[in-house]
Amino acid sequence: MPSVLPDGEPMPQDGALPASAVAGAAGRPLGFYLHVPYCATRCGYCDFNTYTATELRGSGGVLASRENYAEMVVEETRLARKVLGDDPRRVETVFVGGGTPTLLDAADLGRMLGAVRDEFGLAEGAEVTTEANPESVDPRYLERLREAGFTRVSFGMQSARQHVLRVLDRTHTPGRPERCVAEARAAGFDHVNLDLIYGTPGESDDDWRASLDAALGAGPDHVSAYALIVEEGTQLARRIRRGEVPMTDDDVHADRYLIAEEALSAAGFRWYEVSNWATSDAGRCRHNELYWRGADWWGAGPGAHSHVGGVRWWNVKHPGAYAQALSEGRSPGAGREVLTDEERRVERILLELRLAEGCPLDLLAPAGAAAAARAVTDGLLEPEPYAEGRARLTLRGRLLADAVVRDLVD
Amino acid sequence: MPATPTNVPEPSRTDPALIRNFCIIAHIDHGKSTLADRMLQLTGVVEQRQMRAQYLDRMDIERERGITIKSQAVRLPWAPTQGGDQGGGAGATHILNMIDTPGHVDFTYEVSRSLAACEGCILLVDAAQGIEAQTLANLYLALENDLTIIPVLNKIDLPAAQPEKYAAELAHIIGCDPSDVLKVSAKTGEGVAELLNEVVRLVPAPVGVKDAPARAMIFDSVYDAYRGVVTYVKVVDGTLGKRERIKMMSTGAAHELLEIGTNSPEMTPADGLSVGEVGYLITGVKDVRQSKVGDTITQHSNGATEALGGYKDPKPMVFSGLYPLDGSDYPELREALDKLQLNDAALVYEPETSAALGFGFRVGFLGLLHLEVIRERLEREFGLDLIATAPNVIYRVDMEDGSEHTVTNPSEFPVGKISQVHEPVVRATILAPSEFIGAIMELCQNRRGVMLGMDYLSEDRVEIRYTLPLAEVVFDFFDQLKSKTRGYASLDYEPTGEQASDLVKVDILLHGDKVDAFSAITHKDKAYAYGVRLVAKLRELIPRQNFEVPIQAAIGSRVIARETVRAIRKDVLAKCYGGDISRKRKLLEKQKEGKKRMKMVGSVEVPQEAFIAVLSSDSEGDAKAKK
Repeated sequence: MPSVLPDGEPMPQDGALPASAVAGAAGRPLGFYLHVPYCATRCGYCDFNTYTATELRGSGGVLASRENYAEMVVEETRLARKVLGDDPRRVETVFVGGGTPTLLDAADLGRMLGAVRDEFGLAEGAEVTTEANPESVDPRYLERLREAGFTRVSFGMQSARQHVLRVLDRTHTPGRPERCVAEARAAGFDHVNLDLIYGTPGESDDDWRASLDAALGAGPDHVSAYALIVEEGTQLARRIRRGEVPMTDDDVHADRYLIAEEALSAAGFRWYEVSNWATSDAGRCRHNELYWRGADWWGAGPGAHSHVGGVRWWNVKHPGAYAQALSEGRSPGAGREVLTDEERRVERILLELRLAEGCPLDLLAPAGAAAAARAVTDGLLEPEPYAEGRARLTLRGRLLADAVVRDLVD
Repeated sequence: MPATPTNVPEPSRTDPALIRNFCIIAHIDHGKSTLADRMLQLTGVVEQRQMRAQYLDRMDIERERGITIKSQAVRLPWAPTQGGDQGGGAGATHILNMIDTPGHVDFTYEVSRSLAACEGCILLVDAAQGIEAQTLANLYLALENDLTIIPVLNKIDLPAAQPEKYAAELAHIIGCDPSDVLKVSAKTGEGVAELLNEVVRLVPAPVGVKDAPARAMIFDSVYDAYRGVVTYVKVVDGTLGKRERIKMMSTGAAHELLEIGTNSPEMTPADGLSVGEVGYLITGVKDVRQSKVGDTITQHSNGATEALGGYKDPKPMVFSGLYPLDGSDYPELREALDKLQLNDAALVYEPETSAALGFGFRVGFLGLLHLEVIRERLEREFGLDLIATAPNVIYRVDMEDGSEHTVTNPSEFPVGKISQVHEPVVRATILAPSEFIGAIMELCQNRRGVMLGMDYLSEDRVEIRYTLPLAEVVFDFFDQLKSKTRGYASLDYEPTGEQASDLVKVDILLHGDKVDAFSAITHKDKAYAYGVRLVAKLRELIPRQNFEVPIQAAIGSRVIARETVRAIRKDVLAKCYGGDISRKRKLLEKQKEGKKRMKMVGSVEVPQEAFIAVLSSDSEGDAKAKK
């Protein structure tokens, strides 16, 4: 979750949604995202909405400390219940992200999940994921998560190479994430993800291959691989600007992506989203699929984003301001946008085109449809799904997805 | 206190013997407008509290750039004083008509008409800089018109002033004694009263036949949104009375005089204008082309039969395609050009279509400054964003089959068997410190110049004369000259005809498609360098596309330079989760906007910036950066 909030209209004090948003809700899955805005240290590449103890000191930390944080999320979950009124849906997926959720006690994570269960109820076979830092969990912690109802865990591995981890300011030692996978399996988790980053300054093709091999060797059923994005305002951006570390070329990113696709498919993984691979349909992250398919989710926590029926809103960023709003019985929403039909159409194209299922051609206007036909000729869309009415990216098309989207939304 | 004389003669009843018509010839920045300001104050026509700097310069662009594009005439009453003693011993009150002249080479014709309305001129030169080429050119024009020259050094209050040195230089140029050169400071007002006295003493009174049919020469014609065209004239013979029916002698068109008067400095109606007088008239005409500079006005019935000499139709020398950045602004561009033309008889244009740039106009200008001024006014006064193609000149192409083509746009250069291509040439005069002779000669030689001669104006300043193809001058010559002489050189040029040259058209091809806007006509020997430079520049400017884009320069079917823009391989954001969606959609909207600013050339997306960067010469970019 990037830290810069979009521009939008103000959020009503009580967080009430327009009638249009709640209409037809029963037909859409509902998920919960729970944000934990704390980290032990800030990584040089990270621009997420997270705070270290030092960053929070003297700035509202009293109201929003790690110790009482779970309570506030519980509070917002109760608000969600009020706002959604008699919405009968049970929750299909819960995802705890950060920040570093595992900086909190497993019991805190359990309490947050419990609130969702109490207020909404969890659907049969619900997917409940938490992100975890390899250094902040141990077998016991993982067991307690499992006991609390978590079904999936996602570890930030990033790289198997020490020198790459150092550029990223990651504190864990190589080998630790792989052992985490085994510990998670032992604790009873069926679904384990490893997050990887490629294109870090100083990383070679071989470093990247080594990271992929190490990750695959650990036996997760899901891998996310992201090109490193150098965000404005991060420490890494400053270091690159000062010339301390080199900027990675886009062509290198393209090469690394191809390497990833090759290694992952050789190991039995299939891509289902541009940056996500799974060993089976069951291994996919259903929560993320919710985002990509325009479903509803409530994001709780500072800076968290929500979407219900074409209304997107986002909470105030700072934990202090967030706690303040909730303590006064106000919605912590900072702003929102009510999407027009055209905006929803554009979002569907830009999100669904990233999926292996592709986006239906009947979403496209005449100019976009003509562009899709050209994209097939140019080798960016696959001809067979196209013939069946779907725009599905080829391997080269995945690397140029944004360019394809720009043409298809015309 | 201003010395406002009493018993001021009125218009139409002024004895020509008391009239002095003069102008000020000066280089940009040499202080002409400031001197005019002082004269307005000293003669009392503008009260102290109404005074503002550069009172007479009306357009923003004029005031900002310190140049005068349109001339004006101001009637100043002045009783000469003895030795600058303004209080007593005053002589008869004279009428001084100060006729402001455009200061730039592009407007030579307008300058010559302004000069033709005068009997004398003040040659105003910066005492810290000495005379400049354009001033010299205008001085020669003044001498051709038999004007009495009063040499004046301005800015003598500056620490860097070298009045002795430049007085000697001026004396050498006009053939007077250095002690005849007046020294003033327009800024402090020092010496300005003495200068006015000298104008009365030295400038001859106008001579004309009082009882003849009226003949008045138009030396300027200005469009005013409220009053229509205001025409500035000097009456040579006879008298023009108010509410008279007048005739333009070049066309025979008749008009009713709605108003006649003088400027002091605001328009003041009068009963008429008589021999030697200078003033304005309004006829209700809405377009300056109906009231052309240089034309003669007479009475409609029993008018003069012979026009005053010297009338010419303005002829554009430099052409450029003007295109709205946003194609939907085309109607606004047309409207804006129509409006500017009301006030600019020299501006010509016709619609043209470019495969790369869409709908626009091929516009003819008197020269580069004219082009720049028009472009700036279109952008500033009419809020248009424009792409201007590189300026070019008119070529005359003789084909082997005997047919002849006139080419004002390089993309219209004929294909087939060409026997000869003719291009316009100019006689260029460059003034510079002698240490730069080598650099200047090298530049001129490079630009296919032929040296005509060189003279020392003083010990360390020279005048160098060259024949140069106009095409070489319009393409960043002046900027190059300035940079090679650390800004010391000045340039003037006048068209002298045409010459046959070895010229070819270089085309630029993007992914195999010719980009008409980038076609250029260049000398055979320079075609290769031009091609290499342009394709290299385009390679920098054209973003990578989904496919490889070859960029080629070609003469006919022969490729002379080639570069390749490699295909883009990655254009995708790695992460797109719940909190990224709004941001991503907004980014997409922004990219779509950016895409709109791209022009499709065949299948290649070319950013507007690439057109602008390639079409504006290198040095222009530098100049902008310096501002």
